[in-house]
Amino acid sequence: MARTETPFADSFDAALMPGAAWVDSLRRAGFDSYKSLGLPTPRSEQWKYTNLRALNRIGFAPATDSALADIPEGIVPLEDAYVAVVLNGRFDAALSILGGLPKGAEVGSLADKVAQTPADLKDVFGSLADVEKLPLAALNTASMSDGLYVRLADGVVLDKPLHLVSIGSAGETPVRFNPRHLVVLGKGSIATLVESHVGRGEYFGNTVAEIAVGDGAVLNHYKLQNESTDAFHVAFTQVKLADRAVYDSFVLQVGGKLARNEIRAELGEHVECRVNGAYLARGEQHIDNTTFIDHAAPNSASHEVYKGVLDDSARGVFQGKILVRKDAQKTDGRQLNKTLLLAPGAEMDSKPELEIYADDVKCTHGATIGDLSEEAMFYLKARGIDARQAQAMLVAAFVGEAVTEIQAAGPREGFQAVVDAWLEAREET
Amino acid sequence: MPLIEIRDLHATVGGKPILKGLSLSIEPGEVHAIMGPNGSGKSTLSYVLSGRDGYEVTSGEVIYDGQDLLALEADERARAGVFLAFQYPVEIPGVAGTTFLRAAINAARKHRGESPLDAMQFLKFVREKASALNITDDMLRRPLNVGFSGGEKKRNEVLQMAVLEPKLAILDETDSGLDIDALKLVAEGVNSLRGPERSMLVITHYQRLLDYIVPDHVHILANGKIILSGDKSLALELEKKGYAEFVGEEAA
Repeated sequence: MARTETPFADSFDAALMPGAAWVDSLRRAGFDSYKSLGLPTPRSEQWKYTNLRALNRIGFAPATDSALADIPEGIVPLEDAYVAVVLNGRFDAALSILGGLPKGAEVGSLADKVAQTPADLKDVFGSLADVEKLPLAALNTASMSDGLYVRLADGVVLDKPLHLVSIGSAGETPVRFNPRHLVVLGKGSIATLVESHVGRGEYFGNTVAEIAVGDGAVLNHYKLQNESTDAFHVAFTQVKLADRAVYDSFVLQVGGKLARNEIRAELGEHVECRVNGAYLARGEQHIDNTTFIDHAAPNSASHEVYKGVLDDSARGVFQGKILVRKDAQKTDGRQLNKTLLLAPGAEMDSKPELEIYADDVKCTHGATIGDLSEEAMFYLKARGIDARQAQAMLVAAFVGEAVTEIQAAGPREGFQAVVDAWLEAREET
Repeated sequence: MPLIEIRDLHATVGGKPILKGLSLSIEPGEVHAIMGPNGSGKSTLSYVLSGRDGYEVTSGEVIYDGQDLLALEADERARAGVFLAFQYPVEIPGVAGTTFLRAAINAARKHRGESPLDAMQFLKFVREKASALNITDDMLRRPLNVGFSGGEKKRNEVLQMAVLEPKLAILDETDSGLDIDALKLVAEGVNSLRGPERSMLVITHYQRLLDYIVPDHVHILANGKIILSGDKSLALELEKKGYAEFVGEEAA
């Protein structure tokens, strides 16, 4: 049997996030689990197409306290938003803009919360991310020191999007950090959370977010991964959707050297769960989107569309699993993954997976990988549009269709602007 | 001087010979109809002239407006004034009709050394021509041809022709899939574009379209070449006797 390697977790350090014995135990459990599971290898089914070997070769040092004068370029442009900045895994109050939050909305540092009133967290913190089975969530739990904490009381409506700006910043030495976020929405509350992940230099961010959406609550959750070209981005989001909750998620991945975004959603009854995304990669980038939709209760709907464009020698991975448990009758589950390959060196692995134990359900899935339609290209050329422009128009249309899945108008425009910038950069090369 | 002269054209599709020595000459302002049974090479001719990949010319030549047409890419031919009205206009999700049309117009303008139209100028230019074809602003804005009926798609083709003002319009089975009202509307649109500077090649299986778009010359295409040419009465004769008689003569 091959050796289990466990880099990035030499010893357990309780001082990273002090405040409560139960949090120490939680972190200890993560540490023990990571030590036994080890860094995933392609032998693991979950990591078959995304190899983390390169991580192991780089001597990432734990990020120490750092300061930045300003936020790097590349975040989602948003007209008006609350801004919460997390720098190298640490909540940065100086760069954050959180004035004027409505009554019943709490936004701030998770570490502060653990230090001050840890009992408030016990309902959710550490209960969603499964450290027993997920080695990198275990590593995060063992190594976390801070992140974003959000809680909305019942019925609270967040009047503006909350923009989580996660920044990686490395100088001469590559650094690693483990941001940990906790988002709890009370019954009937409404919020839009936008994440932008940007940075400079060579770093490894291993994020875990635990999100609980209460009965009848609505969460719009849109994430942009626009990390530096030398960055390794691994993120895991576990969402628990109570009955009648609505979750609208979109993940746009354009940055990083190697990136993996994993979302797991567990659905209660009468839930509407939308998990969509787009990935645009060029050069030697490797971008992985892995999702797991767990229909645990009846009468819920999940909708999933992921579309990608791969240029040069880029690699893409999509693993999408829908599980319909025995009791989840009347489930409506839909999944679609489409990828455009723009160069002969580009490569895509797409693995849709349906596992159904209920007998009265509607589930569909589909995956296509291909180049631009010859028919459409000829039609545009036959109207005098040159090949380059015709291709740009068709690629923009292909990705634009995914972006329109974003239900909130402001963020949708912001994400479209990021897509446009990526396409323009392609035009200029 | 003819606008286009096709000389002894041979072409293959997927290695299979389809055009086998086709010759045809069209003067400026003339409307020629090509009629032929299924498989005679009608669509192949339209694709060869408009430059679609996969249609390989093995011998012969095409001189268009004094230049070697076959040496040009599809988009270059379009900018030089060759327009193909598609038998099956392509649906393109995600590309608004207006975006597409403006890109096409501005490509042609750039080619002529003119400045591009901005959004306002473009709408003003297009609206008038669109309303003559019963094309609403909503149809223009919708994704190109997506969910359009057969008649809407063909009207959209004629609109593109109207705004691009080609020198040579090739109408590939423009009547297919149209009821009589839609056919009249499309034919009216096409007729309004007839003029001394514009030639047309109308490709059709049935004589019906030629009641509305009356040609100056009619050619019968069979087995990859033109076997008989005449005036518009040839189309009527063909309608009466059927293709078998003419194609049979060729075979005999």
